[in-house]
Amino acid sequence: MLTLVGEDRPGIVAKVTQALYQAGCSLGEASMIRLGGSFTIMMMVSGPQTPEGLTQVLAPAVDELGLRLHIDPVTGGLHRHLVPNVQVRVTGADRAGIVAEVTGALAAAGFNILELESDVAGDPQRPVYIMSIQGYSEQTVEALQQAVAGLGAEGITVDVSAVETLIG
Amino acid sequence: MAVLDILTLPDERLRQVSQSVTRFDAELRAFVADLEETRLAGPAAVGIAAPQVGRFERIVIVDVSGKKGVANHGHLVLVNPEITHWEGFEVGREGCLSVPDFTGNVIRATRIRLAARDPHGAELQFEMEGFEARAVQHEMDHLDGLLFVDRVVSRRTDLFQRKVYQKGGPTR
Repeated sequence: MLTLVGEDRPGIVAKVTQALYQAGCSLGEASMIRLGGSFTIMMMVSGPQTPEGLTQVLAPAVDELGLRLHIDPVTGGLHRHLVPNVQVRVTGADRAGIVAEVTGALAAAGFNILELESDVAGDPQRPVYIMSIQGYSEQTVEALQQAVAGLGAEGITVDVSAVETLIG
Repeated sequence: MAVLDILTLPDERLRQVSQSVTRFDAELRAFVADLEETRLAGPAAVGIAAPQVGRFERIVIVDVSGKKGVANHGHLVLVNPEITHWEGFEVGREGCLSVPDFTGNVIRATRIRLAARDPHGAELQFEMEGFEARAVQHEMDHLDGLLFVDRVVSRRTDLFQRKVYQKGGPTR
């Protein structure tokens, strides 16, 4: 698993993936997103190199673009998708602890988070925290609603709904 | 009756535009029976379209009656279907027999009106919404050589910038 972080600018993905391609590497699942103006990407990379070799392959691009690189050997592989069956939407006046409270309640109910994204919106004086979670649970939506019901008193709105994936 | 082979991405034949059915005969009905058997043989699919099994005619089957709490018209065989009206839009997660091991979010119209024929050539009209309307739109895309992967949107996509449901998907 290759992680790159740095100041965002156009062309980073192109330079990095070109270097990987020329070194004989293959890419699998990847997720790039701009967080607070920073470029971030995590990619599954397979190739002939050791982690040290991969660092060397990427050194020119990493130096030129001012990125920080991190490589973790992983045993995971492709074709291991889990399909989420529950969606949780959270909004509330921004304060510390929202994520810990919501995910803590969900974890206690056996909910497995597959995707999570969050953002801070509103105006800077009155920021609003918005989070969207998709995951898998054996529990009913009603049971999960019960699990997060107490959080309303903490000033956050938590909406739990089923995700019906259409196969056609 | 037979379970037919399903074409999967990147098979170029899935990109073909299918022709209207002109003969409503016993052969067509036998094919529809095979198509239904094929739908039921795979992972819980709520629909299937003829081009997915390599027959490039405008025939789809949709049946969402197995989903709890979903408004539906039961088991539908739609020949030469056309959407005559649509309104609203919403995001939902889709997968496809022709795109194994991948699901993604797609924008579809919430409510549609539909004209089609049954396998005997009789005219059909439906008004439908939600999951059933989504299934019909997904299957009808196959008739125009489109797959849901052509319409996948990021979860971060700003829905409110898209006031109009765009028929035909992205320009390719």
